[in-house]
Amino acid sequence: MSGLTLFEKIWASHEVVAETPSTPAVLYIDLHLTHEVTTPQAFTFLRERGLPMRQPQLTFGTLDHSTPTLADELYGRVPMKHPQAQRQVEQFVKNCAEFNVPLLDVQHPNRGIVHVIGPELGLTQPGKTIVCGDSHTSTHGAFGALAFGIGTTEVGHVLATQCLLQRKPKTMLIQVDGHLQPHVTAKDLILAIIRQIGIGGGTGSVIEYRGEAIRRLTMDERMTVCNMSIEAGARAGLIAPDDCTFAYLKDREHAPRGAAWDAAVARWQRLYSDEDAVFDRTVTIDASAIEPMITYGTNPEMSVAINERIPTKTGDAIFEQSLAYMGFKPGQSLIGQPIQHVFIGSCTNGRLSDLEAAAAVFKTKSVAKGVTVLVVPGSAQVKRAAEALGLDAVFKAAGAQWREAGCSMCLGMNGDTVPAQQWCVSTSNRNFEGRQGKGARTLLASPTMAALAAVHGQLMDPRGVL
Amino acid sequence: MQQKSRIQSKTVVIAASNIDTDQLMPARFLTTTTRHGLGQHLFADWRYDANGQPIASFALNDPASKGAKILVAGPNIGCGSSREHAPWGLLDYGFEAVVSSQIADIFKNNCLKNGLLPVVVDEATHQTLLHSPGAEVVIDVAHRTLSIVGGPSTTFALEPFAQYCLLNGIDEAGYLLSKADAIRAYEQRMGL
Repeated sequence: MSGLTLFEKIWASHEVVAETPSTPAVLYIDLHLTHEVTTPQAFTFLRERGLPMRQPQLTFGTLDHSTPTLADELYGRVPMKHPQAQRQVEQFVKNCAEFNVPLLDVQHPNRGIVHVIGPELGLTQPGKTIVCGDSHTSTHGAFGALAFGIGTTEVGHVLATQCLLQRKPKTMLIQVDGHLQPHVTAKDLILAIIRQIGIGGGTGSVIEYRGEAIRRLTMDERMTVCNMSIEAGARAGLIAPDDCTFAYLKDREHAPRGAAWDAAVARWQRLYSDEDAVFDRTVTIDASAIEPMITYGTNPEMSVAINERIPTKTGDAIFEQSLAYMGFKPGQSLIGQPIQHVFIGSCTNGRLSDLEAAAAVFKTKSVAKGVTVLVVPGSAQVKRAAEALGLDAVFKAAGAQWREAGCSMCLGMNGDTVPAQQWCVSTSNRNFEGRQGKGARTLLASPTMAALAAVHGQLMDPRGVL
Repeated sequence: MQQKSRIQSKTVVIAASNIDTDQLMPARFLTTTTRHGLGQHLFADWRYDANGQPIASFALNDPASKGAKILVAGPNIGCGSSREHAPWGLLDYGFEAVVSSQIADIFKNNCLKNGLLPVVVDEATHQTLLHSPGAEVVIDVAHRTLSIVGGPSTTFALEPFAQYCLLNGIDEAGYLLSKADAIRAYEQRMGL
């Protein structure tokens, strides 16, 4: 019999009832993260059925998606721009109070984007099953946790039973050999992977990332990679925990302490795919061949290396429509492309190291005329840490806006949007039509490339100027 | 959940590949706290122009598509965000089934939880359907067949428990709640 994959080990230890041909497995959930947008109807379900919450202490709430990033609006000194968003925030606060869910309210010093705070607080731990009504829950897989996004009906199931009905997904190994070249980031790596396997390439699968290049990534970088697994359609992304993972978690608020820490590390060290484990599919990537990436189209698969030209696909009407939406032509070079907006933030690239990378560019040059730059920390903790390093002063002196933590312009729910037909270089995860505002044109890139575009007013190859 | 054993309807075709859930339901409509009334916002940015007027060339605005219960979409519909507002919008609009050659995982799950039938068909059937908008189609949930009236028929995969729920008009919550003893035993074993 062959060995087990990391995924199979976590799955097996969480099966409350094993799957049969006629029924899916009942899978136990160790950590349920919640926010204001995808939960109201799930709490309504509990009320309608007269159900209590099974394990309120295994659910954590934060406010991030529809919350303003302007301090006056966030802290209630002026009403929110959108009354409906205000009502949604108030409803979530009420729901958490009624069902005893621990909540990081707007005033809380640890509030932030759900996928930034989970790791930051040490709630995210290797071997856990983690779900959230949010597709970027895949982020937490960076710690060797089985983490995936669910819909609101399933949020209700977890609230009521702490379990989900699940069929076992397939497994995919992405082996990333070699190491990344200078000025090539984790964002470039995952964009290159998505381009290779396609936006639907991971459908039905849990991806495990392995290889020398993955081992060398910091936890922040591993989170960027796992975060965008969903952009290849995967159920989840996974990286086996190692000393880097344990060092990150040690002494975090919810991490085990003392003897419990030692026991946990001993348990976590067994979380890896066995040598002879069999994956349903294996993809091998040469990290050293990856270049700084940029998207040019309307899904994250549509990307090129910054020094490549936009491809030509004659007769492909959908491709041509996508380019028309973006205001681009087949065969066009993107170097020198003017841009009007830059967004630095999100659960993909809103952590301290991302802000440091951007600040390194803003230190040398101010924001170009006619460019609006929003820098939005992923959490209140990231914000404080950045301010302690003086990064806020760097951003402000360069002419960028320094905001309060939240999802912000990644999805533009809170009023932070890009006007129609304008180009925005964004460190977020989706360049779908209208994602950052109706008619907005999003180009996904790393924090370094986004900051460079901000100060030059146009797209640049970081290798030529840094 | 409504019982569903057979769906017969003409189709509406939206042939674009990778129709993400941001297109199905743009984020600005997610501030709602109920499941209701989202049909009016379905495909909002493809359906209406900047002045809120219907865009005539979009399939849902074609008078011939009125009353259609089956949406035929290009490959990989439902990719992106996990927002269940997408299937809620489709259902509220009047759709009962979504047919494609590939359907994204979270969206497919969300459809099934709400009695909206996701049907993944083979490439040839998909091509036939994409090229015959308005075709009359019968979907049989019990036999897992999709038939084009006067044309070919094909079978599709449907997770057996989801099929059972659809055919009996029940949701999964009841089944999960019935496993309380097993859940308690697991929690005790784990020291929870």
